[in-house]
Amino acid sequence: MELSYYPGCTLKANAKNFETSALAILQHLDVTVKELEDWYCCGVCFSQTQDNLMQQIAPVRTLVKAKESNRRQLLALCTMCFNTLKRAIEFIKNDKEKRDTIHQFMDREDTKFYGDEVEVIDILTLIRQIGLDKLKAAIVKKAVDLKVASYYGCMLLRPQEIAIDSPDDPVIMEEIITHAGCENVYFPFRTECCGSYQIVSEPEIVRERARKIVGSAVKNGADLMVMLCPLCYYNLDEVQRDIQEEDATFQPLPVLYFTQLLALLMGLKPDLQDFRLHAIDPRPVLKRKGLL
Amino acid sequence: MSEMQKLVKVFIMGEAYEVPEGSTIIMAMEYAGFQMKRGVGCREGFCGACATVYREKGDYKLKGGLACQTVVSDGMMLAQIPFVPAEKPVYDISELTPDVDTIKILFPTVFRCVACNTCTKACPQEIKVMDYVQALKRGDIAKAADLSFDCIRCGLCALRCPAEIVQYNAATLAQRLYGRYLNKKSPELDERIDEIEEGKYENDLEELIKMPREEITRRYYSREIKLK
Repeated sequence: MELSYYPGCTLKANAKNFETSALAILQHLDVTVKELEDWYCCGVCFSQTQDNLMQQIAPVRTLVKAKESNRRQLLALCTMCFNTLKRAIEFIKNDKEKRDTIHQFMDREDTKFYGDEVEVIDILTLIRQIGLDKLKAAIVKKAVDLKVASYYGCMLLRPQEIAIDSPDDPVIMEEIITHAGCENVYFPFRTECCGSYQIVSEPEIVRERARKIVGSAVKNGADLMVMLCPLCYYNLDEVQRDIQEEDATFQPLPVLYFTQLLALLMGLKPDLQDFRLHAIDPRPVLKRKGLL
Repeated sequence: MSEMQKLVKVFIMGEAYEVPEGSTIIMAMEYAGFQMKRGVGCREGFCGACATVYREKGDYKLKGGLACQTVVSDGMMLAQIPFVPAEKPVYDISELTPDVDTIKILFPTVFRCVACNTCTKACPQEIKVMDYVQALKRGDIAKAADLSFDCIRCGLCALRCPAEIVQYNAATLAQRLYGRYLNKKSPELDERIDEIEEGKYENDLEELIKMPREEITRRYYSREIKLK
């Protein structure tokens, strides 16, 4: 199995643990991912001002490169990128008039993108395609009674046209966690928004969200929380440190990228991950559960 | 008497002139009587002072180039750009880190890039300008320094950029960061500096200073070039 890979800027800067662990587990599962030779910032958020076509060009440019790679599937690890690229495909497919304008503007590029040539895929769906039995067979470490809270956030589930699972009651993360030999913790805030970019202008809102989301997972007995979005990760890991400072009674919960946990369960070298990048140190709980 | 040179008609800032076919834009403007004080430099395509914009007859594209390297064609419309107003932050390279945070602080406009590619289209050096801006956006300083290596700072990218990025100054920063922090250190350089300080080359230098120009030229062109 071979597919193209789009890292996105954050994985090259702030979310290094996500990239290294994800690439390691895919290699372990015999999947070859090839980073696109040229790729561009996806634009981060899919632009809602659809008349401003200049804002729609960035993701299209990467999709052109993916088409030129002659590999049908394009893996986007970062869920923000996934969301933006996926919606750009819908936009290009469904709005012929705007697609024509974009094609005319991009007159230096030999390749034109129409929407159907590239399939953007997230790592959860990819793992399902690889096969949950194959995943199960790759798990070598038995976590001792590890209760995992899977947090979806918004980007994989909304809007519905690009959702990888049911936006209201998704199961894909839990399904994989079960096959990896861990116990799932269901908590009511698993598909709630983390506060997103409010962190820049209204950090209070994000603190409030983080309190609710983390608090709910803790209340339901979670040992740690896993996720796939670098922004959710920041808002739920880093912000816990701020909450701790203002509230001594707050009970923190270690946060990991979904792939970090899988890499540990597969027995891949723990030092490919840099645990110093975590605001809430996950090492004590990982040691207690036999994963470090 | 030599054959009469064929003339072509060009429009310099809207006015028609007849200039010799095969002239560069600089030559054409001087032939037409313009005296160039700014917007001209080495006339060899290296200094980047003579950025120019023009349109060719029958082509909708507004093109950019170096006036000393671009040959006029019949019906061409042209204008010379004397100066590019561009922001240039002041920094102490020894206080910086070679990462995306430095770019965020010194060149926040880089993050306004929407990947329209106008800069790459404008570049007379055929540099993938947008690609190096994108590399900066994700903190890949080495890639940005590499891709922008041939930049001559003519400023056409910055003039055309709808996001008002000053690409070439950001490229300079990337190259400096690369040289200061990321480039592999060469032990040969330190050895050579020691040799120079010990005076190893004094006699050779003395000899060169006294040498007639013809001999220097002869030796320069017959020198041995070692390629690794």
